[in-house]
Amino acid sequence: MAVPKTLGLETEYGIVHRGASEPNPISASSLLINAYLIAHGQAPEPGRAAVGWDFTDETPGNDARGGAPAGSLAPEIETHLVNAVLTNGARYYVDHAHPELSTPECADALSTVLYDRAAELIAARSMEAARMLLPPGEEIVVYKNNSDGKGNSYGCHENYLVSRAVPFSRIVTDATAHFVTRQIYCGAGKMGSETSGMRLDGAGYQLSQRADFIEEEVGLETTLKRPIVNTRDEPHADAAKYRRLHVIVGDANMSQVATFLKVGTTALVMALIEDDAMPREFRFATPVAALRQVSRDRQLRQPLELADGGTVTALGVQWELLAAARAYLEQRGADAVGGEVAHLVVARWEEVLGGLECDPGGLAGQVDWVAKLRLLEGFRDRHGLDFQDARLRALDIQYHDLRPDRSLAARAGLETLVDEDAAVEAMTEPPPDTRAFFRGRCLQKFAAEVVAANWDSIVFDVGEGSLRRVSMTEPARGTVSHVGDLFDECSSAMELLRRLGSAGA
Amino acid sequence: MAEREQIRKPAPSPREQSVEESPPASERGSDIKAQLDDLLDEIDEVLETNAEDFVKSYIQKGGE
Repeated sequence: MAVPKTLGLETEYGIVHRGASEPNPISASSLLINAYLIAHGQAPEPGRAAVGWDFTDETPGNDARGGAPAGSLAPEIETHLVNAVLTNGARYYVDHAHPELSTPECADALSTVLYDRAAELIAARSMEAARMLLPPGEEIVVYKNNSDGKGNSYGCHENYLVSRAVPFSRIVTDATAHFVTRQIYCGAGKMGSETSGMRLDGAGYQLSQRADFIEEEVGLETTLKRPIVNTRDEPHADAAKYRRLHVIVGDANMSQVATFLKVGTTALVMALIEDDAMPREFRFATPVAALRQVSRDRQLRQPLELADGGTVTALGVQWELLAAARAYLEQRGADAVGGEVAHLVVARWEEVLGGLECDPGGLAGQVDWVAKLRLLEGFRDRHGLDFQDARLRALDIQYHDLRPDRSLAARAGLETLVDEDAAVEAMTEPPPDTRAFFRGRCLQKFAAEVVAANWDSIVFDVGEGSLRRVSMTEPARGTVSHVGDLFDECSSAMELLRRLGSAGA
Repeated sequence: MAEREQIRKPAPSPREQSVEESPPASERGSDIKAQLDDLLDEIDEVLETNAEDFVKSYIQKGGE
């Protein structure tokens, strides 16, 4: 049985410290985040320690295949850098040399879009706050992309709660078909190629930021030899019941429609896998080559070789997955995949596939790679530029600039799915329908008593000598309907803990 | 949003999709061109002035 799809995004942003004589991306990221925390009242009172991230449950080295092959490198956890928990339930921190924001847990694709937009606004406010702290002439700028065009990549990871009962090998085979082909609507577009030996056609443009950096079919790594399916087995929930599929193959999207489809279709495909409702097995002859081939096929017509000798196009796979998802909703309902929102996902999925099939250019308001290509071609034609011109490469990067007065994506006429006022509220308010509500409310009301928090627990110090840990191993519990009244009624963390202790969270 | 509705084409049969009324093709085409021209004017204004240096100095460390 498919388990309800708790969802989340973790976005690593590109960062530039302009005007600095010796820019350091780690200190710039720390400054950016601290500036936001101070300016927006999320920093601790003077003399108090900040609410820290609790690393005791982090196990990114666990491999879903059981034992990792020799030579696998598990990611290291950096515990000494800035690491904040926000009142909306998100985590805002420095990861390697980038600022990273993980959305709170969301119950459907639309809520995920809302919190992803809130994350963009937090990044924009962080840049403003940092500007106030920096000397004149200096500025920290944040980009929501995945590549510097010089062979360095940083990720936008997705998370999907799936049933532990599904053998991981099934997820690998079936999810790969989706990950190889979904780029046609969720690729963010990129000038040039960063794969040695793979040339692009004359236009020098591909659908995906990320395809050049994917080198393996399956694996634990996220920083080198990146796989199509990541095997990190760290559920941040009851490990006997759940897996968290950690997806690293995707692009960060500026288009809300693209984020909506990326998350919504993948949640549906996960449910198809859990309930054995995949249309058929699409086993590619060479999945990594197929992924790169799709990224380089702007006409969306190239046949992809299957292991059984047949071929299929990326659009063909997506049409079949869409039909299976629609049948799934009719037969089993939408409870596991976001309720009513799942029907919106399917309707939009069909609209976008239809557009890609007959007129991709008509999707410039919905699909990032189409929107960006329209700007590149228009700008090239207006100024009579060669496609190698630096101005076009600058345009590619600046499409992802998160400063409202500089962002090209913000000017490209992209359709929005969430209300901007709601996104502003989501910067500080948690989603009502996942355990992030409990985390967020604890931070809003009782931050002084919260010592540390992480995805599945919160540690309190209520002055009783020993610390009290509240466990949250069920991602769909701790919602407003479970604990909303409790927060309204409790005036202290002590009272909250006492009532949780007697009632059970 | 208006732009999307104007330029959206019906999906190919046999897949069902509602066909919306749209203005004549010539009118639609000139609308789209005008919108793109406005957009390109804006890009001319906000695009990094020294593109060559900007692109060269946009160097990130690998992440994740």
